[in-house]
Amino acid sequence: MEYRIGIDVGGTNTDAVLVDENMNLVESIKVPTTKDVSTGIYEALHRVLEKSKVERKNIKYAMLGTTHATNAIVERKRLCKTAIIRIGRPATEAIVPLVAWPKDLVEAVGNHYYLIAGGHEFDGREISPLNEEELRKIAREIKGKVESVAVVSVFSPVNNQHELRAREILQEVLGDIPISLSHEIGSIGLLERENATVLNAALVDVARTTANGFKEALAREGVTDAKVFLCQNDGTLMSIEYAMRYPILTIACGPTNSIRGAAFLSNLENALVLDVGGTTSDIGIIAQGFPRESSIAVEIGGVRTNFRMPDLISIGLGGGTIIREEKGEVKIGPDSVGYRITEEALVFGGKTVTATDIAVRLGLAEVGDKEKVKDLPLEFAQKAYRKMQELVEEAIDKIKTSKEPQPLVLVGGGSIIVSNNISGVSQVVRPQNFGVANALGAAIAQVSGEVDRIYSLSEMSRDEALNNAKQLAINEAIKAGANPESVNIVHVEDIPLAYLPGNAVRIRVKAAGDLL
Amino acid sequence: MTKIDVQMVEDIAVGAALLGTGGGGDPYVGKLMAIQALQKNGPVELIGVDDVPDDALVVPAAMMGAPTVLVEKIPSGKEIFKAFDSLQNYLGKEIFAVIPIEAGGLNSMIPITVAAEKKLPLVDVDGMGRAFPELQMVTFHLYGLSATPMVLADEKGNSLLLNTINNFWTESLARNATVVMGGSVMIAIYPMYGRDLKQAGIRNIITYSAKIGRAIREARKNGEDPIEALLKATGGFTLFKGKISDVQRRTTGGFVQGEAHIDGIDQYKGENMIIDFQNENLIARRNGKVVATVPDLICIVDAHTAAPITTEGLRYGQRVVVIGIPCDSKWRSEKGIATVGPRYFGYDVDYVPVEELIKG
Repeated sequence: MEYRIGIDVGGTNTDAVLVDENMNLVESIKVPTTKDVSTGIYEALHRVLEKSKVERKNIKYAMLGTTHATNAIVERKRLCKTAIIRIGRPATEAIVPLVAWPKDLVEAVGNHYYLIAGGHEFDGREISPLNEEELRKIAREIKGKVESVAVVSVFSPVNNQHELRAREILQEVLGDIPISLSHEIGSIGLLERENATVLNAALVDVARTTANGFKEALAREGVTDAKVFLCQNDGTLMSIEYAMRYPILTIACGPTNSIRGAAFLSNLENALVLDVGGTTSDIGIIAQGFPRESSIAVEIGGVRTNFRMPDLISIGLGGGTIIREEKGEVKIGPDSVGYRITEEALVFGGKTVTATDIAVRLGLAEVGDKEKVKDLPLEFAQKAYRKMQELVEEAIDKIKTSKEPQPLVLVGGGSIIVSNNISGVSQVVRPQNFGVANALGAAIAQVSGEVDRIYSLSEMSRDEALNNAKQLAINEAIKAGANPESVNIVHVEDIPLAYLPGNAVRIRVKAAGDLL
Repeated sequence: MTKIDVQMVEDIAVGAALLGTGGGGDPYVGKLMAIQALQKNGPVELIGVDDVPDDALVVPAAMMGAPTVLVEKIPSGKEIFKAFDSLQNYLGKEIFAVIPIEAGGLNSMIPITVAAEKKLPLVDVDGMGRAFPELQMVTFHLYGLSATPMVLADEKGNSLLLNTINNFWTESLARNATVVMGGSVMIAIYPMYGRDLKQAGIRNIITYSAKIGRAIREARKNGEDPIEALLKATGGFTLFKGKISDVQRRTTGGFVQGEAHIDGIDQYKGENMIIDFQNENLIARRNGKVVATVPDLICIVDAHTAAPITTEGLRYGQRVVVIGIPCDSKWRSEKGIATVGPRYFGYDVDYVPVEELIKG
């Protein structure tokens, strides 16, 4: 029998699971997340292996979903000094790189940016030829001064030639330096894509140390035959080499792991997923087995970006959310007793009324000592419960894309506070092992490929454009390590561009398949 | 006289996005450009229409093309000066002041950048009082003013001077040139004298936009209802409150057409509204009955924050309030209705002012 390990780092706990080749859960463990993150990962790994007694050489895959990248950006630590080369001059000169960045983050990545001639139009024509001579000059200038390079060319999602050529030239002069190309990171919207590409370039070292640390930890435990992967935020995996090139794609992999885990546990391909934690809850959507993606700009560390992120709505309601009465009105949170719930909630002998206490008072959940909440006025508990329910229902309604009732999968430790009767929901599913859905999501993940570009429908039909995009996405998935026979198209989206004749359309396609 | 500073730019951007009635693009890039120009050159002087001498030349500055292109191919920043300089040379007369052509996310910001960089005053006026998609859809057109000579300039350094026989030809030639020039250009258009502006312009639109933006901002800050503040600032009417239940979009000739379906909540529970849009919101029907049509303003805002939502930003599940605002009386003339009324956009509906329609 062969096995897989999945580890997922959350805000409170780091979870690890071991599954067999038929994707049956063999063992699971929860340890507190540590401040440096890595120590918690190693501890979870050690304990799940020890508990399971599985032969180490039979572990063939190890998957890690971690918060290292997010933390590095938020803390402005361990980031690479990065040169930014923007191709498009004279276009784009009106707003130079890093202009809207927080000052401390600009300092952390250095303030090295260059604008050179080149770039493309929306229909793929050249704005002007790439100024190769100037690029060589810049390369010589930054040699030894930066650790990473971000290259951003105008309309590179439509035509990536200048970014690819720039990489060749930079490598000729600079040798083996990490180079992030924007067309591989973000979509249309130069500033947001540039920001994402710069963050990606700055995270290269973080990815390297995280991956190497994980590999060494596996080796220390005697796991030497496993292929190692990092989780990315679309619910699929990246090889270590890939992760070092696209570290930014690890951001927000935790919620997507939960969504994928929920899909797996519930056997549902299309559903809503509510992951209830101690302080907040995340609601997302599984569409054809994968988390739905957001199409709007997302801020990370104070910077607007447009790389792929899961579509999530967070609500300030968790198991530890504090319930109080103010001016005759019941108020739900938004503060929470968090991990202190086992000391502070009424049912555990504490003095604070929490969402969990309300659920227990109404007989909807059995935790702690229900005698300790019997003095809570029934009317107050009912009012509070109705309000909690409304919060959940409004969020569910916002994230849904149609009126049709959909099934809801409940995961996460706090999910006992949510009732089985929610409007807009056809059926509430509470799978077994809901507490480790996230780590399971990591363990069972697939690999994927993606395309996001603009097609001009005056040159080809919509079907031709869609087929072209689909084929490109399938090729990408195979390149990422998918078994060609298992690759499926999991997402297709086409958006017309406004105010322009010629029917330009932006097409996004994702393909995914099982690990080869 | 007012000085436009960074705070006022933020307020104008919000107010103009509202008056854009769903069109006009995301103000983000335009706002960054305007703020940079102000930081470099100091505040812009905002003057009233009556401060413009009758024989002084004023020129609207605007972006033409797809906002989606502009957010990717950000301007060099010099296009609009090229357009201005080349129009000035052609006319052989100094440009006295800059004006916006429309109130919309992007085109409310471009003239501020020009005014700051060129050290010209900005006049508190425009040609729409809202946003429209075509070049002849301005009140200047209603008064027989010509869009040309106009200059289109791209970031590569190309500029194109147009002289046309009427404003419909201008729209068609300029629209096609825009595509060839890369989908987003800057234009200097409808050059006119102070006396024409006084007659044909829609007055106080910039201070009006700023007032709307400020009202929303202050209401949020003070914990008051921003929707109430918005209604008070605009003299608009609540047409509906509900939840987006469906959005359908299709493209024809480069313009996105579609419908937004809204299910009523609160006092509108059990009712529905359908809004037809073509880049901008054009017709609002409540329970099948028309309650507002273009050229009156149909604005969709977030029910909690009063943030204006563009037609591209409409999504299932959003809680929205639909607001109807009477358009400028110039649009209610016979020629105005022929130029921008519901029939021009292909709807078999007669224009009736929103304030009469809501009386039922």
